Formats: sequence, structure tokens, C-alpha cells
Amino acid sequence: MTYISPEKLADDAKNVLEELNARIEPLKPKDRMAIPAQEMPSQDPAVRRGNMEEVALGYTPEQAKLEAERCLQCKNAPCIAGCPVAIDIPGFIQAIADGDNLKAIDIIKESSLLPAVCGRVCPQESQCQAPCTVGKALKSVGQAVNIGRLERFVADWEREQGLIETPTVKPETGKKVGIIGTGPAGLTVAADVRREGHAVTLFEAFHKPGGVMIYGIPEFRLPKAIVQKEIDTLTAMGCELKTNFVIGRTRKIIDLLEQDGFDALFIGTGAGLPRFMNIEGENLVGVYSANEYLTRSNLMRAYDKERSATPIFESEKVAVLGGGNVAMDAARTAVRLGAKEVHLIYRRTEVEMPARVEEVAHAKEEGVIFHLLENPKRILSDEKGWVSGIECLRYELGAPDDSGRRRPVAIEGSEFEIDLDTVIVAIGNDSNPLIRQTTPGLETNKWGNIIADKTGKTSLDRIFAGGDIVLGAATVILAMGEGRIAAASINKMLVED
Amino acid sequence: MNRILEKKQLSETVFQMRIDAPLIASERQAGQFIILQLCKDYGERIPLTIADADPDEGSITIIFQAVGGTTKKLAQMNVDDKIAALVGPLGTPTHIENFGTVVCVGGGIGVAPLHPIAQALKAAGNKVIIIMGARNKELMILEDEMRAIADELIICTDDGSYGRKCLVTEPLKELCEQEPKPALAVAIGPPIMMKFCAETTRPYKVPTQVSLNTIMVDGTGMCGGCRVTVGDETKFVCVDGPEFDGHLVDFDNMISRLGSYKKQEAGDHHCKLDDV
Ligand SMILES: Cc1cc2nc3c(=O)[nH]c(=O)nc-3n(C[C@H](O)[C@H](O)[C@H](O)COP(=O)(O)OP(=O)(O)OC[C@H]3O[C@@H](n4cnc5c(N)ncnc54)[C@H](O)[C@@H]3O)c2cc1C
Ligand code: FES
Repeated sequence: MTYISPEKLADDAKNVLEELNARIEPLKPKDRMAIPAQEMPSQDPAVRRGNMEEVALGYTPEQAKLEAERCLQCKNAPCIAGCPVAIDIPGFIQAIADGDNLKAIDIIKESSLLPAVCGRVCPQESQCQAPCTVGKALKSVGQAVNIGRLERFVADWEREQGLIETPTVKPETGKKVGIIGTGPAGLTVAADVRREGHAVTLFEAFHKPGGVMIYGIPEFRLPKAIVQKEIDTLTAMGCELKTNFVIGRTRKIIDLLEQDGFDALFIGTGAGLPRFMNIEGENLVGVYSANEYLTRSNLMRAYDKERSATPIFESEKVAVLGGGNVAMDAARTAVRLGAKEVHLIYRRTEVEMPARVEEVAHAKEEGVIFHLLENPKRILSDEKGWVSGIECLRYELGAPDDSGRRRPVAIEGSEFEIDLDTVIVAIGNDSNPLIRQTTPGLETNKWGNIIADKTGKTSLDRIFAGGDIVLGAATVILAMGEGRIAAASINKMLVED
Repeated sequence: MNRILEKKQLSETVFQMRIDAPLIASERQAGQFIILQLCKDYGERIPLTIADADPDEGSITIIFQAVGGTTKKLAQMNVDDKIAALVGPLGTPTHIENFGTVVCVGGGIGVAPLHPIAQALKAAGNKVIIIMGARNKELMILEDEMRAIADELIICTDDGSYGRKCLVTEPLKELCEQEPKPALAVAIGPPIMMKFCAETTRPYKVPTQVSLNTIMVDGTGMCGGCRVTVGDETKFVCVDGPEFDGHLVDFDNMISRLGSYKKQEAGDHHCKLDDV
């Protein structure tokens, strides 16, 4: 894909919109499908390689209007079924087409509490945009109505206009709810529970709230100010925030319930335990988990070398292992930190990559070198115990596995080496065992995820859980969706008490 | 924010601080540590052992050497100043029981984390022999406190300015040669000292516990930056440790990893704290 400047995209949209506005007869489906899908304006790849600022700049009002006009307003609305929280998608898109952004955002907020975040990070191409009729008719998901970009447009519009209001809180009930973890799951529960007038305390192990949205997903993809705004709203509603507070260490679950007077607890501690490959050389100097690399850069701001006291490896040649969003974030962070070569090594093909399509495209534009159907065998060391390279094997796709994806099979004797000084392992996360180990009776499955029923309730009385700690590493929208369900159950339980 | 209640200088570069931290004080056990940060936006997170705690007063005591950027800044702070972020108690507490005779070896600043462990071992009924080593007399810390615990106290300095002129491994070897041998050795100090203590006890099969001070970020098992090779396994020091079987730890790998940022650390950083 060739890079098109934001100015050109804006001009093109203006011109098309003028033509459209000049029409007298109403648009037919055929006309709507003829409107060009609006590309996301973005920073020039050559420039953004050297900064941490957001890459995707957001639609202009004209682009948003045009994109909204592409929607056919299908009666059966297949997009809604594709949305994990069932946003009334045709409804909000119609509002944008009508020029009523306020109505659009209100419709979204009936179902989603974090539209500015989800508009940016949801895997839309495999959710709401996958079943879109326009995309189907034009024979490409890439041609579907860009629902996520429209969601982001109205959420940004609301924030930039200063229209975000603090939700009203019902009179105090005297009930106390503790929320452990401040990722999307925890923040959602806090908002929904506080609104009903219950006192809310959020506990966060780190010195800053926001979970993966703060420590993991980089600024260039999700500006921290947007997450901070959500947290400010919660504090304005009267939620209390305790950072530097590790449940299981600073205080145990049991003590919160039995001594500190909490009437209910929600565990939303995420999937924060980095997986390694268990190959030779993984503990050499220069091998990182993506969690560590991204935490240093994002949360600790190591990218700001002038001001941050936290160091980060000054790499020349980096390999990132994995094909998900985490891998893309790590690779693109390495580019921005000045690495001359960044290799991304993934053992399947691009089709199987779990990363968002837009992130893969952005990574390529930024010069990340993709190695598909390759997998590391061992990490090579110099005489001082520092990374000097990686030995990989080539793979081919064999028969489909349980997940239906074709299983990659190593080609014997296909070993080759790449010279490197840094390896970042981004092959996934398991759940952190701290709460499980310090909370007798809390049931978990064989992967260590907490078991919760349909209502979010765990095996222990008054304790609910949701998000990655229940699902395994998943997505922001699913964490939010689970948070809403658990909050409803908590509210119901507290009323019945 | 946690207030500094008391500050003492133990040697030219070693400081002791009592800090207001009621929840940590009531939960902490021997062997655990905290992570602190002096500026929430740009400060680094560094682990420090809890040298002592007073649950009634709600305070913990830390002892640190002003060597890196953060510890140098901390050393300049005074009573009533506040620490931006303090989290803990972290790590798995020391396993304490009555082993019989235990030899505790502390090198340099390592005497600080050793102190609560020796204290707990003594309280559990062990005979506690303490070996304390430092480069010279000036750098010897907590001697009175350790003397109060020890059934036998052996002091060594590299330059002979105090006690025996030898490395801590020399008296350790002598103790291993005696019958009965110590049931357990606990060695805490610079990695190279712990490595040689483990090598000293190995032929005598005296179980040897070491406490590792790797680089950390979160301290809760989230990043793996603190990982070490122990036997055939990778362990996270912040949650699986900080104490491990010294005979299984790959010290050479650990020492290389500690040097990961040598290049960068030379630089000077300007946190907002500098401007206040
Ligand atoms: C680098 C990266 C990129 C990603 N990109 C995307 C994307 O593009 N789109 C998408 O949808 N999803 C993405 N994800 C996944 C998504 O971020 C997670 O699914 C989501 O954040 C899970 O939310 P959560 O609330 O369950 O937990 P988290 O966001 O993980 O938050 C959990 C919080 O709990 C805290 N905590 C943990 N243990 C304790 C304790 N014992 N006491 C107190 N606090 C504790 C943690 O410090 C953390 O702040 C990405 C993940 C990563 C790591
Ligand atoms: S410090 Fe991050 S896992 Fe131990």
C-alpha cells in the first residue's frame, strides 16, 4: 500500500462529499457502495519512525460523513452480532450521517464504556467488520464500512469538544466494593458499580492505573491521555484509587472481605505472566519479554532518554518473536528507539497472524522485516554472555490443528542464522499466580485462569472476576464486556443483601 | 506517599532510613523486599530489602548504598520528605525453622538483608554463627545489631583494618571442616561473594541459601527482567525468590545480566524531582 498524505485524503473526501451533496435524488445502495472506503490519515512512515506520537490521526469530519454514508443500514444488522458488546452500529452510523455526533456517541455509550480506546485497538476486521454486507458485496473485509474508525471519530469528537460529562451517581448506599486491577475490566466495573451509589476502591499494583492500556500498548497506538481521561472520570465520580497496592502481598483477598469491610470484590488482574520459548540462550543479556521491553518504554518512559531514569537496551539489530499485537508493538517500539534492523519472526503465515491488520500494515510501512514460516531454534551468545544472533528453522504448513489453523511443520536441515544483539519474546502471556496462590478456595483452570460463571461469579462468595484473568490473554472489548456483566451481578447482589 | 521518619548514615555511602508504611510493616516477613520510586513519571523502580519493621509504629527500615542514580537521590532526602511510590512486601519470605547450627555470611551491604534472616533464625532456636566481611573497617555496617544475635561473630576485612585479614570464604571453609558441620549456610552479599561461598560449601554438601539482587521492574512476576537460571529452570527472583539454592544458581549468567545497562547508567537523568 502506498502512503497517502492526510492532506490528500482530506481533499479527496471534500470533493467526493461535495458531489454527493449536490445530488438531489436519495442515495441507492449501489451509490453508497461506490463511495470510496476512507483510508485512515496517518503520520508519514519516514517521520513516525522517529517519534512516539500517535500514528493514526483520525478521520476528518468529511471523511467520517462519507464513511457513514457507505453503510447500507441493513435490517438484519450482521455487524451487531459481530460486536462482543452488541453496540447498535447502524444506529450510531446513521447519526453520524445525519450530522448528529452527540447522538452517535450516546448510542455507543449505551453498550461500550471505552469507545475512544476500542475504536483504536479492537480487532474490527474479525469482529463487527467481518460480517459487514458492504465488505461482502465488494469481496473484501478491507472494503467493509470502517466501523472502528467511525467509533473513534465520535469518541474523539466528544472529548475534544469538552463534552464528556461525569455520570451521575445515585445516593450513597453504604456498600463497599473493591476492584483489583485497573485494566479495562476493572475500570468498567468501577464505573457501573459506582453509578449505583456503592463506594468503590480500585487497587493497582503499579504506580499508575490503566493496566495494559498504560504499560503495554504504546503511546503511538493509544495515547495515554485518553486512558487518563477515563480514570479522571472515575475519580470525579468518587472512586478511590490505591496504587502501589499488590493484592496477595500488601493485603490478602480474605482480609479485604473479613477485616476491611468490603461487601464484594472484583478481580481483574489480567494476564501478566510472560511466556518464554524455553529454548537455549533465553536468559542471555539482550533477551527480553515483550512485557518488560514495553513496560520499560511505556510505563517507565525509557524512550525519553533525557528524563527517564529507567534504562532500555540500545539495540542495533532486534528480532521479535511472535505475530500478535504485542509482537507488533514491540517491533515498532524497537524501530522508534533507534534499532537499525528489526526482524519479526513468526512460524505461520500472515493470514494466521493474530495482530490487527492495521498494525501489520503499519509495521511493514515502518520497515520491520517479516520472516514468515520461520521459528527460532536457539539464541546464540558471544563470549560475554550477550546475544550475538539467533538460529532459526524454516517451516511449511501441514494439516490443520484443533484450532482449524494449518499446523506449521519444521523443514529438516533448514537452519540459518541472523546476527542480532536483542531478542524480544512476544509469544503470549499466562495469568499471574499471585492471587491464586494467596486465596485458598479460589478455583482456577489448568492454565491458572480464574473460573467464573456466566454472571462473573467465582467459586468464592462475594468474589467476581473478569477480563484476561478469566479468559486468558484476550482483548480490551472482551475485558470490558465481562466487566459489565460482573458489575450487573454485583449491583444485583448488593441490592438483594 | 510514604514519609521518612529517621535517617542515619552508616558509612560513607551507606544509609539507613525508617519510613512510614503501616500496611507493609504489618505484612512483611524476613527475606521480603519493597520497590521504591522517587518520581512517578520518570523515576526508576528499584528493589530494596526490608531490613527491619515495626508493625506497632507502622514503619519499615531500609538500608542502601548510594551507588546508582536513584539511591544517590534517596541519600539526599531527609526526615519528613516523602517517597513517591513504595510497594511491598514483595518476594517469598525466608523459610525459617530450627536447623541446628546455621552460619550466616554477610558481605558489605549484604549484611542489611542478612540481619532480619539471622534474627528470625535465632528466634527459631538455631545456633547462629555470623561471618561479616567488608573491604575495610569503615565499610562494616550493623556490627552491634549482628553481635546481639550471634552466638559467634567472625569479622573479616580485605585490608586487615579490622578483624581477620581474609575473605569471608576462609572462615566459612573452616566451619565446614569442623564436625558437626553447619546444617545450613546463608550467604548474602555481592554476587561474586555469593558465588564463592557456594563453591566453598559445595564439597562439604552444606546447603547454602543465597539472596539475589537482580535488576527488577515490577517486582510482581510480570516482566521476567529479574529472571535467573537455577539448575535447569528459569526462575523469577521477585516472586520465586529472592532466595535460592546457591549450589544451583548460574552466577555467571546472573552477573552478566546485572551488567545489561552499564553503558546507559553512566548518563545523568533529569527527573522532575531535580526541579523541586
Ligand atoms: C502489548 C499489548 C498489546 C495489546 N494490543 C491489543 C489490541 O490492539 N487490541 C485489544 O483488544 N487488545 C490488545 N491487547 C490485550 C488487552 O490489552 C487485554 O486483553 C486487556 O487489557 C485485558 O484487560 P484486563 O482488565 O483483564 O487486564 P489488564 O489490562 O492486564 O490489567 C490488569 C491490571 O491489574 C494489575 N494487577 C495485577 N495483579 C495485581 C494484584 N495482585 N494486585 C493489584 N493489581 C494487580 C496489573 O498491574 C494491571 O494494571 C494487548 C495486550 C498487550 C500486552
Ligand atoms: S521484576 Fe518483573 S518479573 Fe520480576
